[in-house]
Amino acid sequence: MTARVLELLRALGGRLINNWVWRLGFATRFLWLTLKESGTSFRRFHLTIREIYFAGVLSLIIILVSGLFVGMVLGLQGYDTLVRYGSSEALGVLVSLSLVRELGPVVAGLLFASRAGSAITAEIGLMKATEQLSAMEMMAVDPIARVVAPRFWGGVISMPLLAALFSAMGVFGGYLVGVRLIGVDEGSFWSQMQAAVDFREDIVNGVIKSLVFGVAVTWIAVFEGYDAPPTAEGVSGATTRTVVTSSLAILALDFVLTALMFRGT
Amino acid sequence: MRDIVATGNLVEVESVNFSYDRLQVLKNINLVVPKGKVVAIMGLSGCGKTTLLRLIGAALVPDEGEIRVAGRAVNRLGDEELFALRRKMGMLFQFGALFTDMSSFDNVAFPLREHTRMPEPLIRDLVLMKLHAVGLRGAAQLTPAELSGGMARRVALARTIALDPMLVMYDEPFTGLDPISLGVISQLIRKLNDSLGATSIVVTHDVAEALELVDYVYYMSDGKVEFHGLPEQVRAAGLPSLHQFVYGEPDGPVPFHYPAAEYGQDLLAR
Repeated sequence: MTARVLELLRALGGRLINNWVWRLGFATRFLWLTLKESGTSFRRFHLTIREIYFAGVLSLIIILVSGLFVGMVLGLQGYDTLVRYGSSEALGVLVSLSLVRELGPVVAGLLFASRAGSAITAEIGLMKATEQLSAMEMMAVDPIARVVAPRFWGGVISMPLLAALFSAMGVFGGYLVGVRLIGVDEGSFWSQMQAAVDFREDIVNGVIKSLVFGVAVTWIAVFEGYDAPPTAEGVSGATTRTVVTSSLAILALDFVLTALMFRGT
Repeated sequence: MRDIVATGNLVEVESVNFSYDRLQVLKNINLVVPKGKVVAIMGLSGCGKTTLLRLIGAALVPDEGEIRVAGRAVNRLGDEELFALRRKMGMLFQFGALFTDMSSFDNVAFPLREHTRMPEPLIRDLVLMKLHAVGLRGAAQLTPAELSGGMARRVALARTIALDPMLVMYDEPFTGLDPISLGVISQLIRKLNDSLGATSIVVTHDVAEALELVDYVYYMSDGKVEFHGLPEQVRAAGLPSLHQFVYGEPDGPVPFHYPAAEYGQDLLAR
């Protein structure tokens, strides 16, 4: 009996080390290589611009539409709660703080992971499966510098911009529902928001969050793509892992960052 | 460079052993490729031909032995020296490995843009010359998805020779081609080799095509070089496994049946 339990524990530990610790070390080394080979992405910035287009511009529709709806729902729910305490003018504060501090970076990050992250993984994985990366290497071109780094920086640059647009669209959605539809006073909606939202404490912290999420999602996406087994099954598995891992990473990082940033002062 | 002058060989493989994990793929391989020649490495699928090609391109590192290209041991070069050497080597992958997000033109221009500072008009002229050499100048603006298999391989060939390499390696260049495309590719390999003054290594299991095309043959089986010689010597060779390979006989030293328990026993077993 004890022997079997020990055997089980050993197998579990082995899997944990192989699947997690080993891969984490690998991914960290990969990130280091990507950063080291990033010169090309900035010297030939058009390579990165192209990736900003694919990861950022093409994600605009989903980000803007989701932002609008999230803001509209916040407007409805927020009004419903605030009106009980007779402070419905504070709706602007509630909508903008929720978006700028939390929902903007987190929801935009989750959408970014499933829209752009999965695309990055699938593209790099398929390039590997069809030997395009090997061909590049045989042409004396480093695929990390030419393929991975521009995609990494494209994602890192796009993510904070997308999160900011998400928040802006959300505030607009809250305004549409709160002021236009329900009839909250427009002057107090905007003036209270202006007074309560602090640039350093709220907006900058939100931008920092979205930047961290951008690094995490894009790092996971490029690594999973580069590490994918070169088969149809391997690429599809890697794409799924990108979405799952980066979503979990966003939520966990969000908790850590929130705990560090907002201490109720 | 001294070695080429001394021996006339561009590539020398000396006592190379290589394994993937625990599976030994290459066993004590010795092989030379004389400068200016087209040399075939033939053998059954899975006998280690492609692995050998990757070792020569230094995409893999041998466990033991030495591989010299132009007199330099590729397995001991640093990254920068290796990349410098690879600029003089071209490799054509089995299915071309064209970059799917670029047109044929940009694919061929890729090595030129990455490695040279030539002005764009000059690059355009060079790319059109290379595409013309493979007969696809008219397809310059097509994407890889719009090309047939044979055309894609020709574009990849144009890309491979874009920097006028001294050594061109072909990984199964005939696989999956119709007879016309096959003839075209075969003719191009010979023509480009001679007009570029290059040296070529063709890895293939297409016996008929290879024996027509090449100057010298290495026949591999089970990770070893079993036979090497001129094409006519291959046809006449008495080696049973080579005979079976050349004439495509279903049974022989390489059995039709995968090793298994005795047939009758297997059927009766429950």
